[in-house]
Formats: sequence, C-alpha cells, structure tokens
Amino acid sequence: MPKIEVKNVYKIFGTEPSKVLPMCQEGATKEDILENTGHTVGLADVSLSIEEGETFVCMGLSGSGKSTLIRHINRLIDPTAGEVFVEGINVMQLDQKNLIEFRRHKMSMVFQRFGLFPHKTVIQNVGYGLEVQGKEINERNKVAMEKIDAVGLNGFEYQYPNQLSGGMQQRVGLARALATNTDIMLMDEAFSALDPLIRSDMQKQLIELQAEIKKTILFITHDLDEALRLGDHIGILNHGRLVQVGSPIDIIMKPADDYVAAFVKDVNRSKVIKAKIIMLSPEQYKSNGTNNKNTIKVNEDAFIDEFLPQVCCTDADVEVVDKSGDVKGYITEKELSKALTKSKAYVEQQSTK
Amino acid sequence: MQKYIEYFKPVISLFIFIGFFIKKYKKYFKFFIYSVIFIGLVIISYRSARPRYKPENFTDIFTDGDIKIFNIPIPKFLFDWPKWLDFPLMQPLNAGFDWLIVNYGIYFEVVNNFLLGMYTTMKNFLVDLPWPLVIALVIFITYYASGKKVTTTVMVAFCTFFLGFLSPRYWDKSIMTTCIVIIGMLLCIIVGIPVGIAMARNKKVRNALLPVLDLMQTIPSFCYLIPGILLFGLGAVPAIIAIFVYAVPPLIRLTDLGIRLVDKEVIEASEAFGASKRQTLWGVQIPLALPNIMQGINQCTMMSLAMVVIASMIGTRGIGDEVLLGLQQLNVGMATEAGIAIVLLAIIFDRITQSYGERLQEKTQPKKKIIINNAKN
Repeated sequence: MPKIEVKNVYKIFGTEPSKVLPMCQEGATKEDILENTGHTVGLADVSLSIEEGETFVCMGLSGSGKSTLIRHINRLIDPTAGEVFVEGINVMQLDQKNLIEFRRHKMSMVFQRFGLFPHKTVIQNVGYGLEVQGKEINERNKVAMEKIDAVGLNGFEYQYPNQLSGGMQQRVGLARALATNTDIMLMDEAFSALDPLIRSDMQKQLIELQAEIKKTILFITHDLDEALRLGDHIGILNHGRLVQVGSPIDIIMKPADDYVAAFVKDVNRSKVIKAKIIMLSPEQYKSNGTNNKNTIKVNEDAFIDEFLPQVCCTDADVEVVDKSGDVKGYITEKELSKALTKSKAYVEQQSTK
Repeated sequence: MQKYIEYFKPVISLFIFIGFFIKKYKKYFKFFIYSVIFIGLVIISYRSARPRYKPENFTDIFTDGDIKIFNIPIPKFLFDWPKWLDFPLMQPLNAGFDWLIVNYGIYFEVVNNFLLGMYTTMKNFLVDLPWPLVIALVIFITYYASGKKVTTTVMVAFCTFFLGFLSPRYWDKSIMTTCIVIIGMLLCIIVGIPVGIAMARNKKVRNALLPVLDLMQTIPSFCYLIPGILLFGLGAVPAIIAIFVYAVPPLIRLTDLGIRLVDKEVIEASEAFGASKRQTLWGVQIPLALPNIMQGINQCTMMSLAMVVIASMIGTRGIGDEVLLGLQQLNVGMATEAGIAIVLLAIIFDRITQSYGERLQEKTQPKKKIIINNAKN
C-alpha cells in the first residue's frame, strides 16, 4: 500500500467551483476556464502515489499548482473533487478533531518563507509541534535540543528567528518538522528562498538526514537540479495537470512532452546520468566488433562527469563494474555522446549513420 | 392555531413564488427590493403625515399646479419639498425610548449603580490620598510599565506635578477625569478586544459590524449623550457610556486588523502542526497582533480624553467643566489653562500606554542583534 495516494484531485478557485468542475473534467484548458467563468484551476485530475521511505519531488513553474497540491495532503486546502489517502486513511472524511490529531502525528511541514513564529525563540519554535500536542516543557525542550543539534544550530536555542540568517532560519524550520517525529514530511519549496551555496549545503544535509531517518518526503521545487538531486521519483506539473511521473533518468531521457523537454533542456546530464543507465551489456558490446583495447574500470553508480575526463584523455572504453568487481557492461564513445546530446534529432541522426 | 395556519398559507406560497423569482432574475433582484422598500417608505410617510399637510384626495397632488407646460399642470410638490413627504422617525424613536425606560429601567439602574460605585470608590481613594503619594504612584506605574525607562518616567512625573502646579483646583478635577477615562477604557478593552477578534475570524461578523462601527464613529456625540442622561442620569456614568461609544471603534478595528495582518504562512505553519483554532489564536495570532492592539488601546485613551471634555456639558465633573466655564465666561486664560491641563493628562496617558506597547513589541519582534557565535553560517 502506498504511503500517500492522491486520486483524481481537482481544485478550482473561485466563487462557484462546483459549477466549473464538469467543464474542467471534460478537459477544458486553464485559460479557457479563466476566460469563460473567471475561475482559476489550481489542480486538474492529479493522481499520484508515494511509497514509504521515498522522496517524491513535485516540480513545476510558479502557478502550476505545486503548493496547492502539497496543501491537499494535510488538508490546509480542501479539494473541489477527488480523494487523498494517507496510510489508507481518507483525509477528506476526517472531522475537525481527527484532522487535528492527524496533523499532529502523521505529518509535518517545512515552508518556503520558513513560517517561523517571530515571537518565539528557536527552541520554542522547534518545540511547537510538541507544545500543541500538550507535552511537558521539559520533554519538549529535550527533544527540541536534539533536533537543533541534528541540524547544527546548537548555541542558537535562545535567539529569535529574525536574529538568524535565512539558511539558519530554514534549519529551524527543518528541526521543527523533525521534532514531532512524523513519518511524512511535506516540504514546500523549502530551499527556494535560500542563496545557491546555502541551498546546496541544505540539500546535502537533507540527503544525509534522509539516509538516516528514512522518512517519506514530498518535496516541492521549481528547480530541476534540486529535483534531480533529491528525488527518487519526480512528478512534473503544468497548469495544474500532472504531465509526467518517473525517476530522474526517465524525465531526462524520455520527456513526455515538449513542456518537459524544455524543462530538461538545460540540465547538466553528465551529473545526473549514471554509468549503469547507458551501458551496453557485454554481449552487445562484443557483437559490435570494433572494440578498443584500452579499458578503464568504473563503478556502476558513478555519474558520467566522474569518468568522462579519463575517457577523453585515454581514448579508452569504459568497463562498468559493480561493488564486488564483476563486469556488468561496457560504454563506448558512442553511448557517451548519445547520452550527453541534448537534441533528439541529433541523436537519431547519429544512430542512423 | 388552525386559523393562523390558514392565514399564513398565502404568505408561504408567496414566499415560494418570490424564491422562484429570485432565482430567475437574480440580476434585477437587488434593484427590485430597493424600489419596493423605497415605495413602501414613501407610502408610510404619506399616510402618517398630518391631514393639514396633504390634500383631501390623493390624486390632487398631481393636478394642483399653477404653472403649466403644454397645458399640463406641473405638480406643486416638485418645487418645494412637500410636507407630506416626511418620514416619521422621531415619534416612534421617542415612543420606543419611553417604553425602554418604563420596562427595562431597572437594568439600566443596575449598570448605573455598578459603574457609579466603581467610579466613586476609585475617585474617593485617590482624592483622599496625599498628593505626593499620588505622584509617587504614577511614577511607580510608569517606571514598571515602560520597562524601567528613566526619561519617560521623569517626563510623566513632571507632567503630573504640573497638573496641580497649574492651579490647585485642577488636582482633584484631574483625578475625577482620570477615573472616568480609566473606567471607560476598561469597558472598551473588555468589550472591544473580544469583538475585534470575533470580527477578524468571521467574515459575516465583520460585515455586520463594520456599518455599526461607522455609525458609532460618525454620529455626533450629543446624539447619544442625551439618551445617556435619560437612562443613567447626570454625572459620571453617561460620560463613561459616551466614552465607550466614541472610543471603542478604533480599538475594535485595530484588533481586527492586527489579527488579520498576521503572516498567513505563520498561521498555516501553526495549523500544519495540528494546532487547534484556539491554540493558534492564543499562541500565535494574539501575541503577534499585540503591537496593533496596544496601538488601539492608545487611540482609545486619547479619544476618551477628548470625550470627557464634551461630557462636561451634561454635568460630568472633571477638568472639562473648567473649559466649559472659561467658554461661558469668555475667559480665554481660564479655558487655555484648563486646555493645557487636559493636554498634560493626555501626555501622561499616552506615554504610559505607548511605552508599554513598545515594550510588548520588543518582546514579539525583537531587534536584530549581532550574533557572536561560532556555529555554521
């Protein structure tokens, strides 16, 4: 059973969403609906499922409905139609009391502009989730200190949020989300407001934390590099519709439409594609015939940009091995150039020659 | 019973018909309602006008014109506002007010006695206290309310001293005025802040209350001073009621505004962690709205002081009657002196509430400090 399941969710903003819904279900575009009825389509027919322990990245440009989607999971926004299941519980059918319990124990959230309480110190902010659960102050502070430690902010417990830099504030946000120890974390453009260096630092920290704690994370971003770096699966939203869902490699190698293709156009492929993705099997390699005598050994999980310089310098073929050293496959220059070429047409041209 | 049901049957069917009508002609509905109300009001005013103001026959009003255009007489009532077009508001209001006093006068008496008792106790205590002790009390309050700011305290102490220094008569009168203002303010705070919160949280409540607040702010104060006298008699209590009516709207508005201005993402964060509405209100919204609420209380004090002077016209004792006396005697010096005393009182109130508000603000929005620490970033 998937951890989170979203089924045919529609969200229409406006005065009479239920009247516009049939129009949207018949597939009218966002612009048409806005022009004819004055309603804005937030989400249209979004279905996705997220497995336990994975990081699902939801991507799209601003206005594509990313933030709306994430707010459906903990029902900060009610959908116009559709259902959301978390651990098999239908979130839409929870009453006010159960919804509060659900939010307290099932999921926590990190916000784009941090959402910290300016009148509370860092330690009070981090302990807020426990405070609303009615936990004792000693217990609260103990847990909060652990989490502050985990995000590397010790020494700042008694500062106020506006005395900290942006990166530090978001760490407080992260610690606050960790403090309630929920299985699911919702991260709404968590790192978008940070500058690039701190952002990549935070991404690293999140990856490290995730390796330890194995939470189910729904991460929203508009930055493809971030999505590729963090996501086990990526969903791409366009105008409220989910255009493509797949692993990072799927998104890059097989973009579903022009919109996704335009998205992935500028990505640095050599940093995303792993050796095992593009390698030929040993049989294929041998049947090719034109084999280079020089080979270099490369781990199957290595990214292209790790061994590309070596290949260029030595003019050798790549022998892909797994951890124990068994040969898994080979990569020739042809595969490399194919993988690194952006334009589809060029790749096809090359392969027909 | 059966008879009444029979009687209501056509009414119910009429309602159903109107409901159908509303659905079909939604666009014109408002226009229709307004026209019906307007015509109804005109008919009421015509029917209730005195017989000597209107012609014997209803149709005469259209044919009594002397001036004719193309042989058609222009009705007279188009030139001067006709006396029969006079909506009767005064008589029912007076009747209603009399009815209120006769039937519910006892409740007003209770309120009157309570407020008067509070006022008299407070006033007698402060008047009986030796004046240096009163000044000491003011200094004490200011010092701790302002967070131990010496300059503010010295200034307030000086203003307090100057009240008696201006004229010994003013000392007791200032105390009376102060007591009235404080009780009026307490009333405003007790009612205003909860109402403001209710307004911020519920759009319907806000839509219903906004016109009432507008009315309270724009209606001339004499209009509610007079019913105040009738209900509570002369003296301090109608002044307190008048202060309440006059000074509560800004407090309600600023509380409402303060709570609505709290960053939406912060509230979302609170909700996302499973805070109930009450927890969000007390833990997040009210603390963050406090600076605005304090500003409201400050405004409330200033308006109370302005009202207290006007209230002297209905016999409220206090510094205001010195102004009134100066006005009546055309004694410029006297009026100015009393005016200065009121300004001094205003400064005292303003400084105390303002500095307390600033202290609260520092608590909720601490100033940036340079951090001396070696942690990351």
